[in-house]
Amino acid sequence: MRVVLAEDSVLLREGLIRLLDASGMQVVAAVDEAEGLLRAAEEHRPELVITDVRMPPTHTDEGLRAALVLRRQQPGLAVLVLSQYVEERYAAQLLASAATGGVGYLLKDRVADVTEFIDALRRVAAGGTALDPEVVAQLLLRGNSDPLERLTPREHEVLKLMAEGRSNAGIGQALVLSEGAVGKHIGNIFTKLDLSPAEGDHRRVLAVLQFLKIRSLP
Amino acid sequence: MKVPRPWSARAWLDTSHVMIGLPVAVLLGGLTVLLVAWPPLLMRSVPRFTGVQRSRFEAFLDARIPPVRSPSSWRSPATWRQIGYHLLSPFVGVAGALLVALAWGGAVVGLLAFLPKKFQPPPLEFVFDLRNGKVIAVYMVIGFVLLLLAPVLARGMAALDLSVARTLLGPSRSELGQRIETLTESRAGVIDAADAERRRIERDLHDGAQQRLVSLAMNLGLARATLTDLPEPAREAIAQAHEEAKQALKELRDFVRGLHPAVLNDQGLDAALSGVAARAPFPVKLHVDIERRVTPTIEAVAFFIVSEALTNIAKHAAATKAEVSVRRERERLHVLVYDDGCGGARMDGGTGLRGLAQRVDSVDGRLRLSSPLGGPTTIEVDLPCE
Repeated sequence: MRVVLAEDSVLLREGLIRLLDASGMQVVAAVDEAEGLLRAAEEHRPELVITDVRMPPTHTDEGLRAALVLRRQQPGLAVLVLSQYVEERYAAQLLASAATGGVGYLLKDRVADVTEFIDALRRVAAGGTALDPEVVAQLLLRGNSDPLERLTPREHEVLKLMAEGRSNAGIGQALVLSEGAVGKHIGNIFTKLDLSPAEGDHRRVLAVLQFLKIRSLP
Repeated sequence: MKVPRPWSARAWLDTSHVMIGLPVAVLLGGLTVLLVAWPPLLMRSVPRFTGVQRSRFEAFLDARIPPVRSPSSWRSPATWRQIGYHLLSPFVGVAGALLVALAWGGAVVGLLAFLPKKFQPPPLEFVFDLRNGKVIAVYMVIGFVLLLLAPVLARGMAALDLSVARTLLGPSRSELGQRIETLTESRAGVIDAADAERRRIERDLHDGAQQRLVSLAMNLGLARATLTDLPEPAREAIAQAHEEAKQALKELRDFVRGLHPAVLNDQGLDAALSGVAARAPFPVKLHVDIERRVTPTIEAVAFFIVSEALTNIAKHAAATKAEVSVRRERERLHVLVYDDGCGGARMDGGTGLRGLAQRVDSVDGRLRLSSPLGGPTTIEVDLPCE
């Protein structure tokens, strides 16, 4: 898999390149600022872009803005945004862009759990989602108007894990439930949220996120 | 005004102040007049004269006359006001000392009217017939009245002296106004500097320690995942180091987040507070209604209030839920934090609430706390927006 990486910390950039190499991914370009990311993505046409949020020159949110531009310019491109902090507002902006490619938004901390991080990368590259549990918690907090209040605590947990991008089997494992039980919970969630069940794992997740996003945007 | 009792310490201090004021004022006034012949020395002496007078007021009346900060020069109105005081004070001193001395003296003489003739002060016996009992009685009544009047008179003269001194030796109204302005400005500067410093620390940690820790945790994670053929103790050690690195990363992140979240600059209070609310260990309902963003300093204060209040609730209140509301009404920003916990929070109790109140005070905000035992607790804060 061809990856373009944008990260201004040399240490972390080199580390990520090593990690991706070890996992059989090919980093075709590694840059340290947002302009460079846009050029590299244009030039190399990668399958996946991994970008930091805070980068030169202003050290605010240029990485995120570049990710939004890329998602608009290359609709099929998978984008994973890494950050020292996750913010619901940024997540909402990422998810709001109507692109078909996978999208991910994770704390940099998650890089430490190598296997799970690589899983998340693959999921995003395959068109799925990977949202940090922290940002999901924030999104759910904002979504605490009527429909979500109808959910039981267990359904809330299932929804959180779905939003993180886990499969039914993964959710079952995390909550010690059978896959059948998970399916039932998900069915209930969709009914309560007035969402018709769509085919495919990440499609459902996106549908849920779409719902959360509407709740979270001002 | 409360009538001071004769013979009280207050009365004696007032009397001493007025009586000592006479020679001091005459001496300093005289020197001031003499030194007009030699202006440079006068210029140097005036602040010292003022110092002497100021210590007299402090010693007898316990009154502190705030010093004037402007350097003494011919152009400074403060210098002229001081010279004015030293020229005027002999008159105030003479009048005061004369009246007070007459009052005390009259009291003593009147009360001694019953004494045999040979003990009487000489002038009196020529004027009045002291063998007449009625005259003696009148004398004693007058003496008694004067005895009661003398402390009041001393008090009054001391007060007159003090008000003249405050007017001429203390800072003038415009100087006070100017000082308030300077203080306000410098306070704003200090607050902004503290704010900037927090931001700088946040940035430094973000660019330095945090990246390094992520890298460390990642390398340990990589070692943990790939070095599976190591002996068990080595794998164990790596796993432990990995967990600790992750924990350190989380703690550092929580700490830095509390300093000054980057998202506060980029996206404002609403975005920053949702992060804080989400991390609270109890459900928080958040309502933010701000059409126009407030200044960065006020945003930082409001963020700090909510973040600190939620931390306090988590630590002490045993609450099951909380509500945060932030709304802007014209030039005021209202922040309300409510929780259904055990109440009993006090301003002077933990350091958390006091720090919060200080932060609010620093921008001329107002804080109201309602926390009856058994709860609920409401913190209401009102901040100026500009």
